[in-house]
Amino acid sequence: MAAAPQTVEELTRTRAPRAPWLSAVFDFIRERPLGAVGAAIILLTAVLAATAGQIAPYDPLLNNYSAMLAPPSEHHWLGTDAYGRDVLSRIIFGSRTAMTVGLGASIIGATLGSLIGVFSAYFGGRVDLLVQRVMDVFFAFPVIILALAVVAILGTGAGNVILAIATPMVPRCARVVRSSALSVREMPYVDAARASGFRHTRIILRHMLPNVMAPILIMGTAFIGEAILLEASLSFLGLGVQEPTAAWGLMLRGAAVEFAETAPWMAIFPGLAISFAVFGFNLFGDSLRDALDPKLRTR
Amino acid sequence: MGYYIFKRLLAMIPTMLGVAVLIFILLRVIPGDVVEARYLTQGSAYVSQDLMNIERKKLGLDQPLWKQFTGWMTGLAHLDFGLSMWTGSPITEEIKLRFVLSLQLALMASTIATTLAIPLGILAAFKQDTWVDYAVRVFSIAGLATPSFWLGSLMILAMLIVFHWVPPMVFTPLWVNPWDNLAQLIWPALAVGYRYCAVGTRMMRSTMLEVLREDYIRTARAKGLKMKLILTRHALKNAILPVLTVISTEFAFLLGGLVVTEQVFNLNGLGMLFVEGISHRDYTMIQALVLLVATTFLAVNFVVDIAYGWIDPRIRYR
Repeated sequence: MAAAPQTVEELTRTRAPRAPWLSAVFDFIRERPLGAVGAAIILLTAVLAATAGQIAPYDPLLNNYSAMLAPPSEHHWLGTDAYGRDVLSRIIFGSRTAMTVGLGASIIGATLGSLIGVFSAYFGGRVDLLVQRVMDVFFAFPVIILALAVVAILGTGAGNVILAIATPMVPRCARVVRSSALSVREMPYVDAARASGFRHTRIILRHMLPNVMAPILIMGTAFIGEAILLEASLSFLGLGVQEPTAAWGLMLRGAAVEFAETAPWMAIFPGLAISFAVFGFNLFGDSLRDALDPKLRTR
Repeated sequence: MGYYIFKRLLAMIPTMLGVAVLIFILLRVIPGDVVEARYLTQGSAYVSQDLMNIERKKLGLDQPLWKQFTGWMTGLAHLDFGLSMWTGSPITEEIKLRFVLSLQLALMASTIATTLAIPLGILAAFKQDTWVDYAVRVFSIAGLATPSFWLGSLMILAMLIVFHWVPPMVFTPLWVNPWDNLAQLIWPALAVGYRYCAVGTRMMRSTMLEVLREDYIRTARAKGLKMKLILTRHALKNAILPVLTVISTEFAFLLGGLVVTEQVFNLNGLGMLFVEGISHRDYTMIQALVLLVATTFLAVNFVVDIAYGWIDPRIRYR
């Protein structure tokens, strides 16, 4: 227990004002501990991805035939795979693939989806009806099947995988954003903008889009986690990024299945990495939703 | 009500047609066709273009696209899905047993998920911001974060190492040997059910939180009703609808979307058939599968819509 402040100096020191963003961070940690944990996991993954070259103990692509399927040891903390590649280094470098695909797909999917959603809500009537029917068609496809079809058309590789994963996200984002945009369209400021004779694109981009940012942010965060999972699924099927790139889903495939009994570390750790990263994004996304959606605020 | 049902059924037709057109085009945009998949990837030295053209003619791939499409549609109108381009046998035969497997798996997973999700969600909402709530939330968010296929391989691995036993790898229909059947399918059902349960729990929690703030709940508490009664009679009825929607939507997707989990458990279900179909460029097979999955999805949505009116009498259909 600290003693009560006595002098003026002590008083001013204890009440030193924090920077506003810093106090916002502290508030977030205090009010939403789970969300703060999520943010910390995201931060950790991002740092790993950014500094992979410096912190990974080995070259993730380096085959070492004298240490094939080596169990975890002081040299290889998480063991090695069938080519003697260090599992830890591959997991660290794999965070790059996960972050690139996750962020890329989420940004593309959420951007396209929200543009379509706002566009559809703004114009309403027949345009809206048509757009919604087209979205319904995409909805009736299971996510992974749509992604598989797009990969089959474009081919494998990181860029194409991002597009394939973003495709099923577009209609989902469009539907949610549309329903928010419908109520924004009725707002007086949109009428005012229209009355001022602004062009449609300006009203959509400058007046409506910023006011539906909350659902877009919520969906966008959720999409990152989903994209990482979907990328892992596609890679596991051999239809995502290709060997020898370090990617978590890819590490679970092939030899990891074949030698699961003798070298279980190959099957366990990359999966943990996937779960951990996605867990972080979901935890953060959940708290974000709670914070942005007034309906769910704590009593 | 009758008119509403009729209108809803009618509205499904354009969506189905859209799905059909979309998959028809998507498939033909994918480079290569079934003939190339059969002859060129086998590593054989040289296959004459003539032979391939003869094969294409046999399968009707030389016809203009509109003709292929109308041919497919005419067949569908007679409930004839045609022959698989890869195996040559009727598609209904190919799909039948796999559909049984996928359906059973989906049913098992949704039973597991629903029986867990509803009580867990209610509990978390009722105890909001306590350690119970945090535990349930962490459990369900972890469920969303864990790839089912990875969870599945861990299960197999654990059984192998601990019990020196692996679940049977060959599918036995329930009516042939229920024990073998369940011994095989319970594991994938659990692996998939966890994720599925997580989705349901989260939805249950958030709708329950909304309902618990309503005036009629406060009234019920004020008149001294037992909390158990309030939760089951007053709150649950009003909070269950969105949960019903997510559970049934997930169910529809489980039917055709278990592509990866099926691989891990070596299940020959619709997902596996789908992946094979894509790599073989088996147009007719994929078209039939996608239409089947989309129909299930729309049918489930339709049933849920009707069920809404039954559960919540305030909803009137026009």
